[in-house]
Amino acid sequence: MAVQQLGVVELAEKVGGALPESLAPDRPDDGALWVNAPKIADVAAFLRSDAGLDFNFLSSISAVDYISHFDVVYHLTSFSKRHTALMKTRLDGRYELALPTVYHLWRGADFQEREIWDLMGIRFEGHPNLKRIMLWEGFDGHPLRKDYL
Amino acid sequence: MDCVLAPDNILHDTLLFRVIYEWVGQLLPCGLSYAVAGIAIMLLLVNGVLLGAGGFSWLERRLIGRFQNRVGPNRWGPFGALQPMADLFKLLFKEDLVPRGADRIVFTIVPVAMMAPVVLMMAVVPFAKDTALANLNVGVLYVLAVTSITSIAIFMAGWASDNRYALFGASRGVAVLISYEVPVVMSLLGVVLVAGSMALDDIVSAQTVPFLLVQPMAFFVFLAGTSAELNRTPFDLAEAESEIIAGYHIEYSGVKFALIQATEFGAVLTSSAVMVTLFLSGWSGPFSDYLGWAWFLLKIGVLAFIFSWVRATFPRLRIDQLLAFAWKFLLPLSIINLFATALEVYFLRNDAGMLTTNDLWLMAGINFGVAFACLLTFGTLIQDKVRPAKSLTAASLSSPEVG
Amino acid sequence: MSIRTEPMTVNIGPQHPSTHGVFRLRVTFDGEEIIEVEPIFGYLHRGTEKLAEERNYTQIVTLTDRLDYVSSMINNQAYCLAVEQLMGLEVPQRAKYLRTLTAELQRVASHLMGIGFFLQDLGTLGTPLMYAFRSREKILDLFEMLCGARITLSYSRPGGVFFDAPEDFWPALDQFLADFHSEFQELEQLVLENEIVMVRTRGVSLLPLDVAINGSVSGPTLRASGLGWDWRKMAPYDAYDRMEFDVPVATGGDNYDRFWVRIQEIHQSIRIVRQCIQQIEPGPTRADVPLVLRPEPGAEAYGRVEASKGELGFYLVSDGGISPYRCKIRSPSLMNLTVIEHLLVGWRLADMIVTLGSLDINLGEVDR
Repeated sequence: MAVQQLGVVELAEKVGGALPESLAPDRPDDGALWVNAPKIADVAAFLRSDAGLDFNFLSSISAVDYISHFDVVYHLTSFSKRHTALMKTRLDGRYELALPTVYHLWRGADFQEREIWDLMGIRFEGHPNLKRIMLWEGFDGHPLRKDYL
Repeated sequence: MDCVLAPDNILHDTLLFRVIYEWVGQLLPCGLSYAVAGIAIMLLLVNGVLLGAGGFSWLERRLIGRFQNRVGPNRWGPFGALQPMADLFKLLFKEDLVPRGADRIVFTIVPVAMMAPVVLMMAVVPFAKDTALANLNVGVLYVLAVTSITSIAIFMAGWASDNRYALFGASRGVAVLISYEVPVVMSLLGVVLVAGSMALDDIVSAQTVPFLLVQPMAFFVFLAGTSAELNRTPFDLAEAESEIIAGYHIEYSGVKFALIQATEFGAVLTSSAVMVTLFLSGWSGPFSDYLGWAWFLLKIGVLAFIFSWVRATFPRLRIDQLLAFAWKFLLPLSIINLFATALEVYFLRNDAGMLTTNDLWLMAGINFGVAFACLLTFGTLIQDKVRPAKSLTAASLSSPEVG
Repeated sequence: MSIRTEPMTVNIGPQHPSTHGVFRLRVTFDGEEIIEVEPIFGYLHRGTEKLAEERNYTQIVTLTDRLDYVSSMINNQAYCLAVEQLMGLEVPQRAKYLRTLTAELQRVASHLMGIGFFLQDLGTLGTPLMYAFRSREKILDLFEMLCGARITLSYSRPGGVFFDAPEDFWPALDQFLADFHSEFQELEQLVLENEIVMVRTRGVSLLPLDVAINGSVSGPTLRASGLGWDWRKMAPYDAYDRMEFDVPVATGGDNYDRFWVRIQEIHQSIRIVRQCIQQIEPGPTRADVPLVLRPEPGAEAYGRVEASKGELGFYLVSDGGISPYRCKIRSPSLMNLTVIEHLLVGWRLADMIVTLGSLDINLGEVDR
């Protein structure tokens, strides 16, 4: 059986039932589970621990700079249930951006969150070692942002 | 000014010295020619060992090239035989760096301190009939004593370099050398027992049957121990390239590095020479005694080839495994060998305390049996160490079937 | 008598023969035992993701060559799959087979290099490495016939492959497969059952499965810990759905298992190559795609493949322009490094080098 991407409606129902207020309304319909930024760690914990979902593998975390806001995209995989899911959250503004870390759920988030901090300038609250990773300490700016030339 | 060496002079037995002394003595005062002959012998020895080291470095590189489907050095001279010269000149013209934090004096002494035992060891080895540069009656003891200088040199290098990799290398090197000294000495005791003498000349003449056959276990222990002391794979921990880059000589460059390299290659040759003398009946061989040097070189060549072969084949052991190998495997083997040999000698020797050739063949038979039994037993005992049972139980996920 | 000891901090790298590139580990030793380790990288950071935002979709293929530069074929493939997903392109059958075939050859080359350097780290003088390189060299020769390059291949393009294989490629490939069998057997005989290899690697640097999964470890490293997860099986792309092959799984999670899994995967890859040769049929090798691609605004795609190091993913976001708005690269080498602290602490200096070799990281991909 090949791996399926989990339908967002089904996913949203489950998450919304367990964690009300955690899902962002009126976001684009792009197959992703849109989550309110402060709730991201709670939703991730639910996705990780729920027996029916069991997302035990964090494929990747990406951040996208849309100038007025940033999207952070989580690609999740479940090895036991053989499905994947896309979780997104939006951060408005360009300064003092922060998200709760998922480091404690998936150790694999360690380097990726550090990389996003380094290159995109989004802080991850609760990350134990949030230092620059590709660039050196003291580097000015976050080069993957659209306004960095 | 006809100078003649008195028969009670310590160097009287050294044929080469006597010849040079008497020849130079026709021209110079006796005291001066004594010194000149001594210096000539020393020059001969040092240059001989260094030349041999250069030659062996070429040979080994060619051989390892072959082992690895490569060509090896083949540019300068016939079959690239002048490559060692090219290497030497390159290294001579390199800058001779001393790290800022290094202890300059100790740092500078090290290459010489390393070279010395290799050259000195060669002094007692008879490379043809009556040609040992000094026929000491405690030859075996002398060889063992001189080789242990190396550990001091390695430690000096590691300590003086002010480099942490060098320190790693030095502490490993010293640990290895000290550990392997014990089984090596124990294995040589068996040889000394059979030969009934510590003089290398006497050991050669005692080998009517090569001691390789009479003392197979001692030979094995000595070969393994020597590989370890020579820092060659699988025992090259002190300079493990993939781990600590070059180990104790990481900071050496230019001519100092050249000397250290020459020492390493020369040490293989001199150790092979000692091994040939102790186990492969030295210079003796069929046909004429005057062909002794040729047999001697041939046998060294065979051993050097084995060293190169092993070096090209095996991965490296870890330090704890290496020390365990010395203490738990080689040392018991050499002790068993020593006891077996002692008993055999006790029962077989005649009234004059001598062993005949037939006795030696008998001992060879018994000792091969003992060696076989020992290796089998120890091999079974350490099998679990080599292939340990897995100790992993943490799998928490139901693994999906595949296919 | 008590001896006063103190821990010693050593920088392993960035200039070190066994760090597989410019990689640095700041390690605190107690004697030879590792008590603390911190990986430091970024020395090879070229800002590939930023560069990708300035180039059009076809040009980016050349950037992907330089990620894991010992398996560029698979990088090209992963990127092209992402672009095709983004554009909704259909790839011709022959191109799919060619991609599968070259990807498997590349996997063999990459694993050969991984094995070779792993054994080099174990202290062999380069003999197994040379054995491995002998075969790898022939694979590079084959690639040269396909696209004129040996390392930076750029063979896959969005919509297919750059060029059909030339006539004399197929006999050369057959010759390679014939030679490879005995050459690889020689290497296996030299090392697979070697007692020193066993004693150095068995039971060393164990990676339990839960730690591996939690640390986003993928590829052979994950499979050596006991989970047969292979994206070629789980979400088949290109021609993998028509290939028969096994996924080697080991259960120990030690250095030997990681090494063993790679050796077995080479056998499986050769199996796939043989099937490709049998099944491939004449036809076009590239879909009719414009030179400059313009996906829909707001379109996004995550293309992933089972690269030689693990799950390689390209997350592309389009704004309707000729170059991606965002191109995120999920690199397996970087993710596999997450567990390095777990693997190394408590082991010795000599094990550390071997463990690093068994992870088979590539710094071009770690730093991007």
